[in-house]
Amino acid sequence: MTALLDVEGLTAGYGAAPVLHEVSLTVQPGQIVAVLGANGAGKSTLLRTLSGLLPAQQGRILFDGKDLSGIKVERMVHHGIAHVPEGRGVVTELTVDENLRLGGLWRKPQPPLEPIYELFPRLAERKSHLGHQLSGGERQMLALGRALVAQPRLLLLDEPSLGLAPKITAHIMALLRDLRDRTGLAVLLVEQNVRSALSIADEGVVLSLGRIVTRHDAATLVDDADLRHAYLGF
Amino acid sequence: MDRFLFLTFDGLSRGAVYAAFALALVLIWRATRIVNFAQGAMAVATAYVAYSVADATGSYWLGFIVALVAGLLLGAGVERVVMRFVDHSSPLNGVVVALGLVLIIQGVLGMIYGNEFRPATAPFSRDAFDIGGVALLSRYDLFVFAAVGAVVVLLTLLFTRTSTGLRMRAAAFAPDVSRLLGVPVGGMLTLGWALAAAVGSLAGMLVLPTELGLHPTAMDIVFISAFTAAVVGGLDSPIGSVLGGLMVGLLLSYISGYLGATVAPMAVLALLVVVLLSRPDGLFARSKARTA
Repeated sequence: MTALLDVEGLTAGYGAAPVLHEVSLTVQPGQIVAVLGANGAGKSTLLRTLSGLLPAQQGRILFDGKDLSGIKVERMVHHGIAHVPEGRGVVTELTVDENLRLGGLWRKPQPPLEPIYELFPRLAERKSHLGHQLSGGERQMLALGRALVAQPRLLLLDEPSLGLAPKITAHIMALLRDLRDRTGLAVLLVEQNVRSALSIADEGVVLSLGRIVTRHDAATLVDDADLRHAYLGF
Repeated sequence: MDRFLFLTFDGLSRGAVYAAFALALVLIWRATRIVNFAQGAMAVATAYVAYSVADATGSYWLGFIVALVAGLLLGAGVERVVMRFVDHSSPLNGVVVALGLVLIIQGVLGMIYGNEFRPATAPFSRDAFDIGGVALLSRYDLFVFAAVGAVVVLLTLLFTRTSTGLRMRAAAFAPDVSRLLGVPVGGMLTLGWALAAAVGSLAGMLVLPTELGLHPTAMDIVFISAFTAAVVGGLDSPIGSVLGGLMVGLLLSYISGYLGATVAPMAVLALLVVVLLSRPDGLFARSKARTA
């Protein structure tokens, strides 16, 4: 089976000093891959490079067999890649409904928003609220819902648990797994919250100082005490 | 009392033009965090083109349409060719480039058309007609109100009711996120500049016949009044800029009427200083200031 996302030898960063060094990884269709690692390991940089916000200095990004280098950021959604950035990226000056519509504007005809409102009933209740009136959990639901409007094949999710109560994090994780099971959505999940990420991931990739230091089944990473101590610190 | 009423209507008519011009400044400020100091010069340039066309064809209205189209093109061109390449790390860069554009445009206009005033005719009579024995409004004033009102309504509909308007607002507020959602942010910026410059051209066409006429620097004073209006309204607020424009128009009219026309430009600057010192976010800004 060809991988949905196939990254080879990716080097990227800001200015002369690269943050990522020859990172290679694959994501299969319907697979949830967790990218773990300490602050500053390069996790967000990896996602920003994959979605084109940051140019790759070296290496190759294949999506569904197509080379994505040189493709504009605004074209990525057309290929089926949705990136929910860290801090969630809700446009706080727009309403919930406008934020959601924004997610599907590029599609002709525009996709209906009802499925998203069914998935997140809380958002339906707050349709006409402005983004800055939402709680952290609601913003995460909105950012996630907005990414899903476009029916992507790969979701790049940056720290969805950041600043959220454990209960809300668990809800969002369960929802991701459910989505994957129902739609075959693949997820590259960047998380500091190792336990909740591995609770739904198929595979875990550990990034340290911009290099991939290990890659294992999520179950192995959780169960093997030596691996856990060495790479995840718990 | 008649004099007060007359000054009020005169002020509202001038204020409507300032409102349109301030609205154009706000459109660009919201999208790019640049105060387009070149907007006056750009508007004059398109007015020169318009009156050249009007003189050649004998049709004011053809010239009027040409002014708006030229505004669209000039705005898009300035964004594509110049402003896109301005380094935004310091807010001063955009200002300096805009001021450079003023010098270039005014220099080129002087070379082509000469540095003397040329007549700018009005399409309607500027003589006020009587309403109940008092001469308050001219046909031209009505034209100004209608034109500015139409622009405000059309822009409101564009921004609140259309997909393109939603894209433009999103691109202005959150460019990176918008890109990730498939919004062509660069195109939205070009469109924003084009629309703003066209609104500026409209304001120029409306105000020039009421001033001394066409001159490369004819919009300088208007720019200061409109800039003050935009600051009074809060540079981020389109509604504020319209209200600010009407306020500045009224203020100038009362001051010219009661204290003399020579005091008016000073009054505008005084208002600008007072607002910047006391309410730098404008009189109509929401309580929380944007950090940008």
